[in-house]
Amino acid sequence: MLALLVAQNIAFYIIAALMVVGALRVVTCKNLMHAALWLVLVLAGAAAQYILLASEFVAITQVLVYLGAIIVLFLFGIMLTRAKTGTDDDLDNKKSAKFIGGGIAVLLLGLMGYSLIDGFKDTEFGNLMVQRTSQVSDSIFSTYLLPFEVLSILLLAALIGAIVLARRD
Amino acid sequence: MFLNQFLLLAAILFCIGVYGVLARKNGVLVLMSIELILNAVNINLVAFGAYWNATDNTNVSGQVFALFVIAVAAAEVGVGLALVLLIYRNRQSIDIDDVDMLKG
Amino acid sequence: MFNMIDKVWIIPALMASSFLVILFFGKRWGTRATAGIGIAAVSICLLLSVIVAGNWISRVNHPPTGAALAADVLQANGLTPQTGENIAGEVNAATHDSGETVAAGSHATMSESAHTDASASEHGAEHESVPPVVRAVTWFQIGGIEFEMGTLVDGLAAMMLITVCIISLLVHIYSTEYLHGDVRFTHYYAFLSLFTASMLFYVLSSNTLQMLVGWELVGVCSFGLIGHWWEEKKNTDAALKAFLTNRVGDIGLILGVIITFFAAGGTSFNVLHINEYALSQSANTTLLLVGALCLFGGVTSKSGQFPLHTWLPDAMAGPTPVSALIHAATMVVAGVYLIARLYGVFFSGLAIGSSTFHYVAFIGGFTTIIGGLLAFVQTDLKKVLAYSTISQLGYMVMALGVGAWTAGVFHLFTHAFFKACLFLGAGSVSHACHHTFDMREMGGLRKKMPITHATFLIATLALAGIFPLAGFWSKDEILAGASSGQQNAYTIMLIFGLITAFLTAAYMGRAYWLTFWGDYRGHAKPHESPKVITVPLMILAGCAILFGFTNFPGNFFGIHLPSGVTTRFEHFVEPTFAFPPLQHAEFTPWLAVVSTILAASGLFLAYQYYEKNRGPHGLTSRNKVALAGYTFLENKYYLDDLYTGVVAGSTKGPLARAANWFNQNILDGIINGIGLGARKIAAVVYVVADQLIIDGAVNGSGQGSEGAGQLLRKIQTGKVQQYASILFAGAVVLAGVLVFVV
Repeated sequence: MLALLVAQNIAFYIIAALMVVGALRVVTCKNLMHAALWLVLVLAGAAAQYILLASEFVAITQVLVYLGAIIVLFLFGIMLTRAKTGTDDDLDNKKSAKFIGGGIAVLLLGLMGYSLIDGFKDTEFGNLMVQRTSQVSDSIFSTYLLPFEVLSILLLAALIGAIVLARRD
Repeated sequence: MFLNQFLLLAAILFCIGVYGVLARKNGVLVLMSIELILNAVNINLVAFGAYWNATDNTNVSGQVFALFVIAVAAAEVGVGLALVLLIYRNRQSIDIDDVDMLKG
Repeated sequence: MFNMIDKVWIIPALMASSFLVILFFGKRWGTRATAGIGIAAVSICLLLSVIVAGNWISRVNHPPTGAALAADVLQANGLTPQTGENIAGEVNAATHDSGETVAAGSHATMSESAHTDASASEHGAEHESVPPVVRAVTWFQIGGIEFEMGTLVDGLAAMMLITVCIISLLVHIYSTEYLHGDVRFTHYYAFLSLFTASMLFYVLSSNTLQMLVGWELVGVCSFGLIGHWWEEKKNTDAALKAFLTNRVGDIGLILGVIITFFAAGGTSFNVLHINEYALSQSANTTLLLVGALCLFGGVTSKSGQFPLHTWLPDAMAGPTPVSALIHAATMVVAGVYLIARLYGVFFSGLAIGSSTFHYVAFIGGFTTIIGGLLAFVQTDLKKVLAYSTISQLGYMVMALGVGAWTAGVFHLFTHAFFKACLFLGAGSVSHACHHTFDMREMGGLRKKMPITHATFLIATLALAGIFPLAGFWSKDEILAGASSGQQNAYTIMLIFGLITAFLTAAYMGRAYWLTFWGDYRGHAKPHESPKVITVPLMILAGCAILFGFTNFPGNFFGIHLPSGVTTRFEHFVEPTFAFPPLQHAEFTPWLAVVSTILAASGLFLAYQYYEKNRGPHGLTSRNKVALAGYTFLENKYYLDDLYTGVVAGSTKGPLARAANWFNQNILDGIINGIGLGARKIAAVVYVVADQLIIDGAVNGSGQGSEGAGQLLRKIQTGKVQQYASILFAGAVVLAGVLVFVV
């Protein structure tokens, strides 16, 4: 049991480190294509974290939707807007904007970090059990039926909206 | 494992995403940064979901919410990229700071 | 007769499907088919509504007993009765349990009557407690609360069904001619159907959330129909004004719905449940007061109460049949209906039973006078009627405010018919006179349009409250209710009511004489309208004559009719379940006499002033030269003076001169004084209250926001990311405050 916990912790920290590095590269690197690939790393890391949290269905969905669809969508976007394939120095805002953005992000992180550590201290997970897919489906189709229906309408609207926006009359 | 491990990871990702949204000029990159933010939120949701699930085994609300967020994110990327494409088509550039016709 | 009361949802559903059919196929099938679909749907609805009313009447006459009663009580409280073989036994037991909660309300008899089998029918025959028929299904479930959607049928709902259906049907028919050849004929009929559906949905709602939905739906239809001719800026402005003014009140309504929901335990939006709670001993009256006032905010805007009445006159920009249906007879009474439906909340929140003065009654009374005075200075016939509607709505609200529930609802019922008749009559007049509503271009129409004239006269007399037309009975009941009150008399409201009785008769007399008497002043060739227009008018005039007798008082100047004929309206419409125990005012002979005299004198003064042209005419003109020219050329006033004063005075003997002097100076003096006074007050009210204060407040808020906008546009660079920086920085600050300070 202890061995499992240690293994879980080690896995978490390795994946977390990869995710943070990946995320930093997404927002700093000078090559659009590379940024997309770094994003793949972050999203895959998130899926791995879900597995650690015993939430298999979300993990699978993360892989299918994000890695399978959204990344491809991004790549299409990059290609269709004919971005430079190599490095491009014109991806960022002015220095001052970067500085303000960084300041706000650091402030936000400090604030959230403080309140999280202050609030949850060393709360541990109880006995993590696999959350089965059947439970998820039961929950969606009973308790959360209405939000689910609303969401399907939203997706439909987004679909139509995307087509209307993107088509060449 | 501590709950805070996941929450802090999420916080870091969130702030990196915020930085990206504010500092990047390229439209596609801004959208990617928004994905980072959404993923951070998802990690939060799933972590809390797992936490509650350990005490009440029938409760999988965290996962359900994360799924909803994923679906909304998919919709958002679809519409967002369509917008970027439209901007590109109209002005041959996807720099967000060129699009400032809203100014008063 | 088959039982329609369980399947009453069919009625709004039918109208909604009529809306969809017209929307999708109307253009393709042409105008005749469009109108046909609408008329057919409303006719079926009217038929079904009559059946529902019949069902309800037989339910009151033969109240359910035993297991059936118990099941109804359960359903009325938003619970589902068990089904199965042994329903009677189980439900009886269940009633016993819920009896505790039920008996907390005003009707402890409920659980008893469920058990006594033999005596139950006698018990019910005394009209003790007939629960409404509630049929509900779960709409959705969220956060552990079940949101229901269902129908509630009681006397009030059945009455509203019939009223809405009759007037809607007549308006549908009337509109085929009135909007003949209109470019958006289909659009118009689609909206009419949607409106009728929404209104029926609203009156049948079993919970406040559903009422809110219906309320907003009718608002949307009103918006669409006021702006029917949107090519003219004036009309779109009016539509926007109506919509936005109503938004103000709707905030109050939403707050009220939320407050009453949480006040009543936060488990159910069910109307009966909320009323039940409000009337129980444990009710929090402060919370109910706040809830009632918030709900009244909604009533203020929708039912045109002071100070949110300003949209209603502008709403006359819509087609006239729409004004008749929506802005006179049905939609605007939605607010009154809301008070009547949630009467428990208002009753205990405002302590109607024990007080002598409170906000709702005062606003109602004040609105009647404001509306009545404003009606004097209008030259547009429809605007006179619009202000009159405001005034009459104030009457209803005031009646509900003083505890005269039946009187208020009865007035709603009678007013719907004669006011619709007046509006449709005005439409008929305008149809004949080149689409003008300006009374200065009318006159002398009684010969040319005899049917319109006769029906308009009947409706005018009904509105003025002349015996024995409908308005007399309902107005009188309100006055009697105000004079006796529940425990104490509402004296101020009674005075308001009496003044308005006079004003109503006077301004309606003015409109009537200006339109139908004297010489024709316009340029068109007026002619009687076709049958499609006059037949609805005749039907409505018939209603205005007859429907007053539905609540014939038990003791009318010593005439005692058998109790099976008197106060039928009260007997069938007034709820007996989850309803405060109200005292019913007896018919008060002296009040009836006084109010009739006031009304008659109002009509008489208007006749003197506008037809005989006695009184201070032309005084309002500022320019003296213009005044002289105007009066000399246009007025036969001087000629009349010459004839009566000089010619007749010098030829007849001193006695005749004395009599003439008395006539000219004393009588005319009184008449002139009253006329002048009323006109002055009306002008002052119009200028000060309406134009200066209310418009000033509206404009002021506009200018304030413009100034703020000028300041804020400096920060507005159009750069999205700069906004995002501000957003996130703001979030950081707020979160910091939350974390470190709070």
